[in-house]
Amino acid sequence: MKRLEWTDIAYWLAVPPVLGFALFPFVYAVSSSFKLGNALFSSDFWPRVWSAANYAAVFAEQPFGQNLLNSVLVAGGVVLASLGVSLLAAYALGRVSFRGRGVLMMTILGVSMFPQVAILSGLFELVSALGLYDSLWALVLSDLIFTLPFTVWVLVTFMRELPKELEEAALMDGAGVLTVIFRIFLPLLWPAVAATSLLAFIAAWNEFLFALTFTLSSEQRTVPVAIALISGASSYELPWGNIMAASVIVTLPLIALVLVFQRHIVSGLTAGAVKG
Amino acid sequence: MCQIRLEKIQKRFGDNPILADIDLTVEEGEFCVFIGPSGCGKSTLLRLIAGLDDPSAGDIHIDGVRVNELAPAKRDVAMVFQSYALYPHMTVYDNMAFGLRHLKLAKDEIDRRVRAAADSLHLAALLDRKPGALSGGQRQRVAIGRAIVRQPKVFLFDEPLSNLDASLRVKTRVEIARLHRALGKASMVYVTHDQVEAMTLADKIVLLKPLAGQHGVPSIAQVGHPLELYHQPRNRFVAGFIGSPSMNFIDATVLNANEAGLACSAGGVPLTAAADAAGLARDSTVTLGIRPEHVSVGSGRLVGRISHLEHLGEHSYAYLETPLSATPLVVKLSERQATIGDTLPFSLPAQRLHVFDGAGDALPRLAHQDLTPAATAAI
Repeated sequence: MKRLEWTDIAYWLAVPPVLGFALFPFVYAVSSSFKLGNALFSSDFWPRVWSAANYAAVFAEQPFGQNLLNSVLVAGGVVLASLGVSLLAAYALGRVSFRGRGVLMMTILGVSMFPQVAILSGLFELVSALGLYDSLWALVLSDLIFTLPFTVWVLVTFMRELPKELEEAALMDGAGVLTVIFRIFLPLLWPAVAATSLLAFIAAWNEFLFALTFTLSSEQRTVPVAIALISGASSYELPWGNIMAASVIVTLPLIALVLVFQRHIVSGLTAGAVKG
Repeated sequence: MCQIRLEKIQKRFGDNPILADIDLTVEEGEFCVFIGPSGCGKSTLLRLIAGLDDPSAGDIHIDGVRVNELAPAKRDVAMVFQSYALYPHMTVYDNMAFGLRHLKLAKDEIDRRVRAAADSLHLAALLDRKPGALSGGQRQRVAIGRAIVRQPKVFLFDEPLSNLDASLRVKTRVEIARLHRALGKASMVYVTHDQVEAMTLADKIVLLKPLAGQHGVPSIAQVGHPLELYHQPRNRFVAGFIGSPSMNFIDATVLNANEAGLACSAGGVPLTAAADAAGLARDSTVTLGIRPEHVSVGSGRLVGRISHLEHLGEHSYAYLETPLSATPLVVKLSERQATIGDTLPFSLPAQRLHVFDGAGDALPRLAHQDLTPAATAAI
């Protein structure tokens, strides 16, 4: 039998606190979402009586289904737009050498340094001028500000790694730049694309400040805003049960996405491109 | 009719010259090999023909058309890359069909061409595999197949065998030679640093010399049939590069020189060489060259002591310490008759000696009996 090393012991000692720290808030939210009325304020960890009433209430008391759809549209739109733009940008920045490339890369990174609050008022003017106020397009546009620098930088890094001969072979075969990017490079960048899309999706899904500022009507809200604005019968009551149920509902798609994509995020797809 | 014509090609990276003064023609159906030490720009020259790089000056003509401004795909050339550069996410079939689809060919024509190429390269059973599931030799054949299906006027090979192991390399070399015969009219330009590949495949060898930052020197050291470069090297660089092990060089002082021959002295030993030495001044310094296989061993008035032996099986190379020069003289022994420390009598036949003047240029040799008729015709 393999002798137990002290590193193994340390490992298993470290696992429970890390797991507990990471999972407790979510488990507590799940448990609370099934509690009813005053049971919310009892000290029981699991509810004595399990009830789905909070989940029904979330959808009944506000257009939560519409909010969910809005979030899907915004996050999906942000992912598609950032991928389209950043793939093209990554090709230019990663594989074409031109003067000022480094400065441009730094500028792109610099954009992501400003706190959201700092650009909020300026962006508001822009959104109003474009006539996008209280529209989902305003959110897609403004979310690109923080997803694009990240996706561009990641894809540039991966794009640089691809062998030059592959591109040249495609050129010899008569492929144009767009064919090279989308038919040759995109399939090879799939792991990077999957990872960056996922992170962009999560960022857009959870985005709060822009969504709060640029939407007005409850039909245009995304879920983070909708949850924050859930109110009870009186201003002195916060419907914790509904809030917890809504939080669980918005978290589940993210968990599903991560589980699905992590199977696809496999490296080594480029094996066989060149001898190695 | 000539297929490729290069006129006054120059290539510089910044101020650093890579290729200079290249004038070259490759005939229809000719197998032309670019060879030279690393850094001589042979791959760059190939990339200029392919259109992957632009020349700094000069014109490239393919099939009579100036192609300087043409995109690679429009030049009717196909290239086989050193790293194969197969598309890893596509099957073997799609790898070969990819270029044809861009030529807007009919589907059944694409299919016919791919299957014909796959049959001739023994790839028919592998068409549905991806490159990752192939061996190195199979990937190499797919890369060649991808070039064949386009039916180009010119094939470009960039060190295609350098990633294969030794036995596969010989096999693939034979296949490429067979392919060249089968394709008939297509010219091939082939870059290698392996002179066995160059000697065995080439109709014409272009030996390039590294410029090493110098301006005003041409890149091409010599162009010719392989045997011409072997027997009639134009200068010391060519003589030293072609042949393995390389030619022995011996510094000598001229005693007597005229158009009928040269008498000189190396390390106090008098030697004669059959070269047109008219114009060489007495007491000037020349370099004599002789290949290991041309030293006459077993008898002769010179004696050397064996300091090292290399046995290659059917023959051996002995390193002889001689009074001629400080560096040992390498000679070929046909039988394994020697041991280290033995003394060996030998002579340097006058017809076999090459003579290079102070600038390193070869003097005309008087005896041409080594040349084959084909090579003589090529001169």
